[in-house]
Order: sequence, then C-alpha cells, then structure tokens
Amino acid sequence: MGRKILLEHIDVPGIQTLDVYRKMGGYNAVTKAIKNMSADEIVEEVKKSGLRGRGGAGFPTGMKWSFLDKKSDKPRYLVCNADESEPGTFKDRYLMEKLPHILIEGMICSSYALGANTSYIYVRGEMMYVIKILEKAIQEAYQAGFLGKNILGSDYSLDLYVQPGGGAYICGEETALLESLEGKRGNPRNKPPFPALWGLYGCPTVVNNVETIADVPWIINNGGEAYAGIGIGKSTGTKLISACGNINKPGVYEIELGISVEEFLNSDEYCGGIANGRKLKAVVAGGSSVPILPADLILTTANGEKRLMTYESLGDGGFVSGTMLGSGGFIVYDDQQCIVRNLWNFTRFYHHESCGQCSPCREGTGWMEKVLHRIENGHGKLSDIDLLVDVAKKIEGKTICPLGEAAAWPVASAIRHFRADFEEHVRNPDSCVKKHLHREMAHAH
Amino acid sequence: MSDQIKITIDGESIEVPKGTTILQAARMIGKNYPPAMCYYTPLKNTGGKCRVCLVKVAQASEANPRPMPKLVASCLTQAEHGMVVENESSPEVLEARNGVVEFLLINHPLDCPVCDQAGECDLQNLSFEHGRSETRYEEGRREFDKIDIGPFIQLHMTRCILCYRCVYLADQLTEKRVHGVINRGDVSEISTYIQNAIENDFSGNIIDVCPVGALTDKTYRFKQRVWFSKPFDAHRDCPKCTGKSVLWMKGQDIIRITSRKDKFGEVIDFICNECRFDHKEPHHWVIEGPRDMGEESVISANKYELPVVSPAVNVDAKFVSE
Repeated sequence: MGRKILLEHIDVPGIQTLDVYRKMGGYNAVTKAIKNMSADEIVEEVKKSGLRGRGGAGFPTGMKWSFLDKKSDKPRYLVCNADESEPGTFKDRYLMEKLPHILIEGMICSSYALGANTSYIYVRGEMMYVIKILEKAIQEAYQAGFLGKNILGSDYSLDLYVQPGGGAYICGEETALLESLEGKRGNPRNKPPFPALWGLYGCPTVVNNVETIADVPWIINNGGEAYAGIGIGKSTGTKLISACGNINKPGVYEIELGISVEEFLNSDEYCGGIANGRKLKAVVAGGSSVPILPADLILTTANGEKRLMTYESLGDGGFVSGTMLGSGGFIVYDDQQCIVRNLWNFTRFYHHESCGQCSPCREGTGWMEKVLHRIENGHGKLSDIDLLVDVAKKIEGKTICPLGEAAAWPVASAIRHFRADFEEHVRNPDSCVKKHLHREMAHAH
Repeated sequence: MSDQIKITIDGESIEVPKGTTILQAARMIGKNYPPAMCYYTPLKNTGGKCRVCLVKVAQASEANPRPMPKLVASCLTQAEHGMVVENESSPEVLEARNGVVEFLLINHPLDCPVCDQAGECDLQNLSFEHGRSETRYEEGRREFDKIDIGPFIQLHMTRCILCYRCVYLADQLTEKRVHGVINRGDVSEISTYIQNAIENDFSGNIIDVCPVGALTDKTYRFKQRVWFSKPFDAHRDCPKCTGKSVLWMKGQDIIRITSRKDKFGEVIDFICNECRFDHKEPHHWVIEGPRDMGEESVISANKYELPVVSPAVNVDAKFVSE
C-alpha cells in the first residue's frame, strides 16, 4: 500500500464533521502553526518540501509564495482555485466532498503563512453540493475558534469565504478567476503583472489549487523534509490521480509520486487493468489538455526507460514523445476507442470554453472543432489533417492565457501519434461512421 | 539620462523614456512598426487582445541577455535597456501575424464591396499586408441576430473583431456605458441588451475607434465610397468639445463628419455628437483646407497626384476636378 497523506482517513465515518476530523488529528497543524511557528518558517518548510502546484503547471509552491509582495501595505489575499473543470480531472471535487476540513485547515495555515486576513475558495458553480459541504465545515471551524477574530487567542484573524463560479472553465485560469471573483467578466488578464504583485482588487494575491493547499497541514505537522522524502527527485510527496476510461476500477487514487505508470494502470490497488480484457490503445495522463500518448510511449519513454508517475518522467521526450502530469486526470482508452472522435469531443469543449478575448483562441478553437466534426462524420479530406496541425501551431504560444495551448496540444499530439486513424477516417468514412453507430447502439442497450 | 533606455528593433536603435512599450518605441522609429488592431493610445487598458502586434524579443535586456520564450504583445511589453526586438525581420513573427490575420478573417463576412468602412479599414490594410489570397476555411461563417443600438450608429456584429475599443471608450469618455461584450468564445458579441440604448454626447466616437466596419455612421450609410469623397480639416466653436473635425465633402455637400486621426489611425481629439451629426451645413464650419491623408491611403488616390496616363486634367489643381 502506498503512503497516504490526504486520503488517510477518508473511510472514517463522519470525517466530514469537525469533531471526528479533530479526533483523527485534524487542526493540529493550525495550532502548531499559529502558536509555535512564524509565517516565514512555514514558507520555509513548504519550500523545503518541494511541493509543486497540483493544478496542472507544477510550479513550486514555496517559490510562488515567496514572490508575494510583502513590502506593500495593501492587504494580501489567498485564493483557493476549486474551479475544477478539466475533462478527466475530478480529484478536487472528491477531496472537498469527502474531506472538507483538510482544505479549510490548509487554507488557515497557508493564509497565516502569507499574512492574508481574508481568503476565498472559488468553487466551480456546478458543484453546488460541494459548496454547501464547505460552507457547513467553515461554520464549524468558526464555532471552534479556528476562523474569525484572534484565532486560538493569537492576534491573527482570518475570514474565509466560499464563492461559487458562474460556470466557466476559463475561470480556472488564475487571473480570469480573480476577475470573476471581483464580479467582472471572467477574461484572463495580460501578464505581467502577475497576481503576486497585482492580484485580487489590485492587491498581492496567491492562487493555489485545492490539493496543493490540502498538502500544507501535513507539511507543517511532519516537516518539509519528511514530505520531500516521499517521491522521486523534484516530484515530491503524493498526488491525487482521477482515473477514468476503460479500466476496471475508475476512481480517485492517492499515489506516491514515482510509482510506474504500468503499476498504476495494472495493479489492483489502483486502476486494476484494462476493462473487459481489452488492449491498451492510449492514455491521456494529466487531464484533457495534455498530449495523448500511445500505449508503448506511456509505458516506456522513447529511451526505453520505464515511465514513472512523476512530473519529470511523464515529461521525458518533450512533446515529441512525452506528455505532462498536469492535473492528474488519467484517461485510459482501449483498442475499441476512436481517437478522432475523442479529439473532436475535446476540441468541442475548448471551443465552447474559450473566453473569446484574443483572436487565435476565439477563432482557432472553433475552426479545429468544425474540421474535426467533418472528418469524424465522413466528410474529411487528407489536407484537413495538415490544416489541423497548422491551426494548432498558430494558436499555441500566441494567446493571452494557457487555454490556447490546452486546446492546441491535444490536436497536435493526437495527429502526431495517431495520424493513421485520421487518414483511415478520411479514406474509409463509411466504415468509421458505421463503427460508431454500432458502438453507440451497444451502449444504448 | 538614467531615465532613457536604449532599445533595438529590427536593427534600428532608439533611446526612449523608461516605461515606453515596444510598440511605441517602434512607432518612434517610424517605419515597419507592428500593426495594432485592439491597442489604442488614447484609451487606457486597451491592447493585448488581437495578437497582431506580437514580436520576438531576442534579448530581454542588457542585464538579462536571454531571449523571451514566447512572442510577446508589443503593445503591452515595456522596453528594457538593451532590449533587442525582431519584428518584420523575424520569419516567426511574420508567420504568427499571418496566422492571426487568417483567424480574424475566417469568420469575417468579407463584404467590403458594401461596407462603408472599406478604404479606411484597418483589417483591410492588414489583410493586404499579411493575408492569403485564398481562404482555407470551408465551414459556415458566424452570424448574429441584428440589433439596433440607436439612431446614429449602425452595428454589424459579423464584421466585429472584438477589440473591445468601443467598450473602453464608453467607460472612459461617456458618463455611463450601456453596451458591452456578452456571451463567450466565438459567439461573443457587442450588445446593448436593451435596443436603441446608446445615446449620449460622445457615443459617436465609437465609430471612429472601431478598426473595422462593425460600427458605422448611420447618417452616412451607403452614401459614398470613402475614396470618392474629399476630406477637409474644419473647426467650429463648440461648448462640448474642441470642434476640430474632418468634413467629408461630395461637391458642396458634407456627407460625413469625423474626428481627426494621426498617422497611426488614432483619434487626436474626440468630438461630440452635435458636431458629428447635427452640423452638416458648410457655413456652420470654418474650413481650414484639405486634410492630408498620407500618400499610402486609398483616399488620397486620384486627388493629390495625377497618374501620368491622363494628361488632359489640370495638374496644378489640388483636387482633381469632377
């Protein structure tokens, strides 16, 4: 069994309530942080831990915290990004639903470390039941004196608010989230300035993912070095992976960074192998935005090394033969799945979610979707495949925010690794369309 | 001197005050500056959206000689001392720019033959420089329900490139903004929610800042191709604005009045709706003389200089006689 940091007590009955959570050692980190540690000491521990942002980019959290402008006399804010909307990623929802107090404990410790007296959890609007769970937990924390004025008799005060989002994937981009939180249209801002200098209401702000913040209490309790002891190299600690697709045991798993992809895929502790005895065709390892990899490249790198579940190993080979750990949305495809149809579905999502502010993403995402729709429905041409590659290339790196890349990478990678599937769709449209009909009818029964 | 920094763009160096953007520095050099479809100097916070002004920073500064990893928006990126920028000298920049122009055009109706903006349209000029001769886009083009935004201004949403200039103008120049961008992605549109809602003294300026034919003058609709009318600088005493305008004449008639623009296409003085729409009689104005539109403008064609092929016409005349 792998080490559990976040999900250790997930099966304890009543762990959603503050009483049970405290019995299992909950809120000890708040006491330790506020009574025995200075803010800078916590930042130092987080730096030592090597914790990296769990939202997808994997930026070192301690470094992000140290960029926060502490010289300005403006208030500072901590904002938790719980706008989890990436297709394939559903780890934060699970964590908040099952263990709301671990997030709140993390928010209190992190806010204290950053000197923020007001903090926000920006939750995806569709997850209203999660918002209710969080609000109840926050209420309990206020009653127990972990939130509000003079926490645990210290001179540190913190107010924590939950803000439902308005239903836009783009608000998971940190500056669009801040705009939305300010009550404006959720358009990403031009950077620089970064939120550490100019964030919420123009004040220094840190935006962190749910899982990142939930890791902080353990680091405070056990020390940064203990956390850094888990995992391999610069991929320290554990990571929640939401596994879905053609596997025997879909679900959210906490893994120690560094186990092999093969183990994660096949062991009974995690995915439990490919469903129905089928063969593995491809894996999207980190949520819909990261490049898709075919079976051989996801299990071993281009150099023939075993592929591990770490930021570095999954990234090995760059985008030619590698991918990213991303947000941990692990989507598995068996040999019956159609890569073209899947890609069309992804591009449809990005087309729908583009904010429309900058030209390449606004126009390019729709263009790619329409071309893929054509290919998928038997009206494609061979030149369309190169057109898609070219359009993706002209979006990538030209946009205000990373949604452009998120839309372009899946297209570029699917065509890079599965060009034959696209050509088959163009050459034999009838048989491809028929196959889908059969499969859909099988699903319907 | 410490406030002056040196920046090199396409091999030409210039000293500029600290805080100057790459685009402004390039405009100071005065040739081959990046185009700008959304950035607008007189309006704060504009820029960064259209992406046609992307440039390559080959050296970030003297202190940090590394190149920047991605192309940057020159309208927002500040110049640093020792910065080296590649604009038209970089094939990567040109490819990106051609790409953006293609993106801007795939859903554009290309109805230039019936568009009042034709001849003074930034998108037309941009396509001429960076567009392709044939489209690669085979899908249907985007359409919108027509809405009436008021008595003076015609909105053609299909032509809009969502530069947000008119939104910033309404925020910064008028008392209350009543229009904005609604919806998301490629179905975003400029709208007022309530029809006929745009009515205030300076609303007409959104026509002038619009880089394309999305916002045009209703009183001028289909009256004349712009290059067949003659622009004159003129002014009048106006209690609301400077009154410094351009009269667009056809014979003795004023067919349109606009504000004056500099050589970058940016308005010099915003004018009020009274000057723009209510004074179409020549005797209301003090006419200063013909407006210099610059040699490259199609509006200047056949007016200031005669083609050699028609020697019958009086070459000395400032305007070609009709």
